[in-house]
Amino acid sequence: MAPLPPRSGDAVFANIERVNAELFSLTYGAIVRQLLTDLEEVDEVNKQLDQMGYNIGVRLIDEFLAKSNVSRCADFKETADVIAKVGFKMFLGVTASVTNWDADGMSCSLILEDNPLVDFVELPDTCQGLYYCNILSGVIRGALEMLCTSY
Amino acid sequence: MQFFGGSTAVEASPAPAAPPGTLTGLAGNNANVLYIFNRNGVCLLYREWHRPLRTLDAAQDQKLMFGLLFSLRSFTAKMDPTSSEKGNLGVPLLPGQGCSFHSFRTNTYKLSFMESPSGIKLILVTHAKTSDLREALRYIYNLYVEYVVKNPLYVPGTPIKSELFNTNLDQYVKTLI
Repeated sequence: MAPLPPRSGDAVFANIERVNAELFSLTYGAIVRQLLTDLEEVDEVNKQLDQMGYNIGVRLIDEFLAKSNVSRCADFKETADVIAKVGFKMFLGVTASVTNWDADGMSCSLILEDNPLVDFVELPDTCQGLYYCNILSGVIRGALEMLCTSY
Repeated sequence: MQFFGGSTAVEASPAPAAPPGTLTGLAGNNANVLYIFNRNGVCLLYREWHRPLRTLDAAQDQKLMFGLLFSLRSFTAKMDPTSSEKGNLGVPLLPGQGCSFHSFRTNTYKLSFMESPSGIKLILVTHAKTSDLREALRYIYNLYVEYVVKNPLYVPGTPIKSELFNTNLDQYVKTLI
């Protein structure tokens, strides 16, 4: 029996259990609010969000691999595409677009058109410099580290 | 290759064991042994349902198994006649790189193997007449994700001690042909 082909983000998203979007956005907002109250420093909150995301990412990667059947990506471009099209679609229900490639192909930007995390959110002036969605960068960092390319 | 059927000079060499689950009245379990390793060689789970002969103590046995699979993967990938990229034989392979070795069979047992790109290795030893178990291994990987990875109290990289996972695993293994 041949191995299964990788499933598209839409296919997986259709079969996976979902949660109410408002509940999700409000819960995340409550987390950020509580971190701001506890830590007070915007940089500290950014670091903490990144760490939380990292802890999520190291577990999320196994779920992603189990449900989507993608095989190892050949290069970073493919990795970015898989994260944007399959990963984000599967877990957030929205796809990201990959832009802003630099000359070496070493860095790019993932743009989320409608990000469910930031529904209802408006940052006040006291929170300048806060990376509200920093948990997402942590998740990507944690997940990719589990696939890391050096022993 | 006889790791479980053969023995060293100390014990007398036994006759090959009858395939379990079919002839013996064994509680319906059709698999012998399951190992789960992570990318660092830590044995996350060792579960045995039917193993008449043990030649090594548990830690040695797991190290041997991990070493075997590591070398086999490397060897099968380097011998691939269809692949163009071939590093030197000593270079460790990343999970998912090169062609994927999935099982070997002897006259007494069949060993099925699956490795995820995140380095989780699943090894299932069953009786020799089993058909292709890649789907089964994928299902067990899904079980691992549901009951172990998603448990917030589980520390990744440590041995699995989840009752729910063990129960579901036993139930699933009963249904394997």
